[in-house]
Amino acid sequence: MSEQDTGETGTVEITYFDGTKRTATVVDREVPYPDGKLIVSRTDPKGVITHANQAFIDMSGYCESELIGANHYILRHPDMPAVAFKDLWDTIGRGEKWHGYVKNLCKDGSYYWVKATVIPNVRNGQLVGYTSVRRKPSRRKIEESEALYKTLLAEE
Amino acid sequence: MTFNLSVSPDFAPDHISGWYFFNTWLQRTLDIGIHLELYDSFDAQRKDIRADKFDLIYANPYDASMLVRELGFQAVARPASQPDETVIAVNAESDFHSVEDLVEGCRVATTDDPDVHTMGMIMLESADLDSSNVEIKQHSSYVVGAKNLLNGDADVGFFLKDAYDELSELIRSRMRVLVRSEISVVHHSLLVGPRMAEHIPALQTALLTMQDDAKGKGVLESMGISSWEPMDVEQTEFMIDLIDTLID
Repeated sequence: MSEQDTGETGTVEITYFDGTKRTATVVDREVPYPDGKLIVSRTDPKGVITHANQAFIDMSGYCESELIGANHYILRHPDMPAVAFKDLWDTIGRGEKWHGYVKNLCKDGSYYWVKATVIPNVRNGQLVGYTSVRRKPSRRKIEESEALYKTLLAEE
Repeated sequence: MTFNLSVSPDFAPDHISGWYFFNTWLQRTLDIGIHLELYDSFDAQRKDIRADKFDLIYANPYDASMLVRELGFQAVARPASQPDETVIAVNAESDFHSVEDLVEGCRVATTDDPDVHTMGMIMLESADLDSSNVEIKQHSSYVVGAKNLLNGDADVGFFLKDAYDELSELIRSRMRVLVRSEISVVHHSLLVGPRMAEHIPALQTALLTMQDDAKGKGVLESMGISSWEPMDVEQTEFMIDLIDTLID
């Protein structure tokens, strides 16, 4: 858990890139990333989740049936600037691998940080979806990302 | 025509004879000639893979990527409930009690096993360690890596979980596990090359029923495998995509 966590709970309206809005509970409480695990998910080309491994289910707090069929953006934490996800989509849209540090929102409003890698899944020359693998980031990288995202959010 | 079989060099030494028994069993079952060639170096084996020497390979996930996407191999089976996991261990008396305790300049004992090395380095990332700020020494086997930990020539060691568990009790009692990976979906697989493709249906049937007769079961036991599970194209592609995300 981050030393700065206050445990405060609030609600925030999140607007996703497709115009969808939802009111989410946000709790200032970090869920520590478990050692040795990888969070793995796959989506279709539009970002709709088609596969979630057990670590993803455990960390996000959603059950498998809630994750499958949902858009991956349900994990988006309001502290994440939109420009970070634009970079993700621009990069994988070019068929390239994307790496980044992401603060994810759990179902109960708490959060966890990951180092995420996303790659396009190409079968017989056709894009069929994306695979995202998340791993444990260092505390230094989290602190750097927090500072950067705060600045980027202020500019939005 | 005689086909060529090879096995990823990270198999446990105790199972060498098992792979020879497997080769004999395969030849009798499929009624074809197969020559088994074993390696103790990943690089040497990879050179021969690229030279198109093999038709059947029990490959680690890292090499499976090259075999499937570059050389047209097809995965037909994987050992049941035997995912490839990595262990990071230290000397039992080490001051390091978690990965985050490790510091720049620490000495890492590794092998040329590409999956284990990659996973080991990924698990060091949470301590802000990478190849630029640790001292990596590659050893010829996990036993040699373990000995380096025990005699103080290394601070941490990377091990394939199965290989770690098969180290002698005496060696393991003098080591301590810092972290074990829990990935579950990365595993070795048996892959068939284009020249042998016509034998895939018979091979798959034979493998999936291998544990049902006494002879087949005995061969499996000698290889340290309980049974084979089928692997389809999409399962293989998924595993390869996952490996791709781990390679920078």
